Amino acid sequence: MTEKKTKNKVLWVVVGALVLLYALFPVASILATSFKAPSDLTSGKFLPTGGTATTSNYEQILVGDAQELFLSSLRNSIGISLIATFIAVVLATLCAYAIARLDFPGKKLILTTALAVSIFPVISIVTPLFNLWRTIGLYDTWLGLIIPYLSLTLPISIWTLAAFFRQIPWELEQAAQVDGATTWQAFRKAIVPLAAPGVFTTAIIAFFIAWNDFVYGISLTSTEAARPVPAALAFFTGASQFEAPTGAISAAAIIVTIPIVLLVLLFQRQIVSGLTSGAVKG
Amino acid sequence: MASITLNNLVKKYGDGFPAVNDISIDIADGEFIILVGPSGCGKSTLLRMIVGLEDITDGDLLIDGKRVNDKAPRERNLAMVFQNYALYPHLTVYENIAFPLRLAKGKHSEEQVTKLVTEAAATLELTDHLQRKPANLSGGQRQRVAMGRAIVRQADAFLFDEPLSNLDAKLRGQMRSEISQMQRRLGVTSVYVTHDQTEAMTLGDRVAVLKKGELQQIASPRELYEQPGNLFVAGFIGSPSMNFLPATVEGNILKTVLGDLAVPPEKAAKAAGKKVVLVGVRPEFFEDAKLVEESKRGHGSTFTATLTHTEWLGNEQYGYITFDPAPEVRELLDNLARDMDADELRPQIVVTLDAASRIRGGREAEIWLDTRKLHLFDPETGENLTRDAAAGAALTEEANEERAEEIASAQGTSVHHADGSMNGNERPQDTRGAQETTGGAGSTGGATGGAGSTGGTTGGAGSTDASPGGSTAAGGGKHTAT
Repeated sequence: MTEKKTKNKVLWVVVGALVLLYALFPVASILATSFKAPSDLTSGKFLPTGGTATTSNYEQILVGDAQELFLSSLRNSIGISLIATFIAVVLATLCAYAIARLDFPGKKLILTTALAVSIFPVISIVTPLFNLWRTIGLYDTWLGLIIPYLSLTLPISIWTLAAFFRQIPWELEQAAQVDGATTWQAFRKAIVPLAAPGVFTTAIIAFFIAWNDFVYGISLTSTEAARPVPAALAFFTGASQFEAPTGAISAAAIIVTIPIVLLVLLFQRQIVSGLTSGAVKG
Repeated sequence: MASITLNNLVKKYGDGFPAVNDISIDIADGEFIILVGPSGCGKSTLLRMIVGLEDITDGDLLIDGKRVNDKAPRERNLAMVFQNYALYPHLTVYENIAFPLRLAKGKHSEEQVTKLVTEAAATLELTDHLQRKPANLSGGQRQRVAMGRAIVRQADAFLFDEPLSNLDAKLRGQMRSEISQMQRRLGVTSVYVTHDQTEAMTLGDRVAVLKKGELQQIASPRELYEQPGNLFVAGFIGSPSMNFLPATVEGNILKTVLGDLAVPPEKAAKAAGKKVVLVGVRPEFFEDAKLVEESKRGHGSTFTATLTHTEWLGNEQYGYITFDPAPEVRELLDNLARDMDADELRPQIVVTLDAASRIRGGREAEIWLDTRKLHLFDPETGENLTRDAAAGAALTEEANEERAEEIASAQGTSVHHADGSMNGNERPQDTRGAQETTGGAGSTGGATGGAGSTGGTTGGAGSTDASPGGSTAAGGGKHTAT
């Protein structure tokens, strides 16, 4: 019995280690590369060779030549992603609540449309959108990116939140109404606190989608006015035209990853599973 | 406290199917009404119509004489206990109970809320759990929190939607008696939905039997049992349920599969003109002929039958006789079984025998049947031909008087109930019963220790606290006064 348990445990540790290695190796590689000097990039070694580890790449993008390009794009990315996420989550919460609770004509249509929009290839919309945006003056603006980002984040937010709302027992809301709450109070005091973990999860997913977008970012912007980080990385140049900007790009990639990691760590506490247990007989 | 009047209530869903069809019930102030019936009979829908969670398609709903059809649930001032408790999982027990008070903004100061919640918690023995979250409570405790939320505010009536169906059998019995005593103590009008017969019979002042959205009969449990209005009520109430035997009437003789039964002439007269009737016989009307006293024997009829098997239960035993009815009767019995949620079984007669009886399965035995208590039903309409309406009404009237007495005694002498010295879950039932009886005599105070002091504080609240939301005892006091 115990032998079997130990065996199982060892197996899980091995499998876990393999998965971790597979998932984290590229990140580790980029991290190592970001500390390499330009001359060291082609050494073929994983780590920077003998004492040449340098922070010059970080200096370059944060205070050096590429500073303007990187920092402004970082600002754009954070701003645009946050606004797009916020709008998507607010709209999706109301929409999903209606879908989960109410029976209205066209409910199926909304869900199907949302799904259809989300499976539509981004690249096929970009060209017409480019022309349209230029005509109506949205090209190279924050709004010009926020709107297409909503088309990416809204469908998935609606679907996840609708699934989440369906799990919340309706009785809670009815109980609140019988206890003397208005419809709005019942929603705010009984449903929202329970939905919070779901809303946070959805917000994080939506933020990732907006944060990681490249196609819209590079196609619908032309200057630092609205260009997000993933697009900006492509505009990095080496110190001379014979030098690849690999080091700088790696450093920027690491910096861009940090907010995502922070977000997950921060909201992990909010995503408390099983918060609904105890509401009804479990 | 309030009376509730249902006038020809109808609930139709989108497809035109009437889930509740033309139901009229007058619920008196302080009365405990049970809605019972097989699943899908519309009992829960009716309850939700009263509380306002379902729209009323047609008819009038009056609370204290005022029409409330179009009022939102929160304006009706009713409290409801849901089947799955519907506790707010993100709030502590304290906040769960305080929830209705907090919603009534400005009506209660923080001290009042604390006082009311503490009192409610003491009544329900939740004092030790106030700071815990519902997820960490046992089923019975959750159930009590749900009730706490109902009693903490001065609701006009309590509505229960199968509140005990999620509990295990032992706890169910305990909570049942607690609900019953709480209702008497508070004297609050209650409507209780259940499919459990025991709950219906033990809790209710009157029981409304529903079938397919229609009210079959509403009467005290005893009237339902002894003077059922029709075939459905007769079959639904009682366990094991009433036996139905097809019979042809010839003078004072009923010819049945069990042989010829001589019935009292006044009963036979009711069936005059009918070719076939269904004889309704409760299992306990039968007895082992050897064990029937001579003086009683004349009131019944004796026949021989072969029991397929018997089940000995200690205090009594059940014997089973199978029979093969004519196809059309068989169909009728099958329909009846379907109406009552039962499976279509081979028709059999259940007889209750004295535990001392030596009758065993497989052998011929002499069985006696008390023919005075038989009911005769019209197989076509299901109507009870031998129902004695006057006797039934007398039984219900009796129950009404008992209720008034019980409420008076519960609110008078045994208001102090919260015997905190005992742990709720492990409380032995017999102690509770004993307390009830002695409580009526007004001698419990000293015996149950802490009880006396709790009673004192709640009583004080009744006389000093003039706020609209007084304590539970305050409401009780007012009621007794009026």
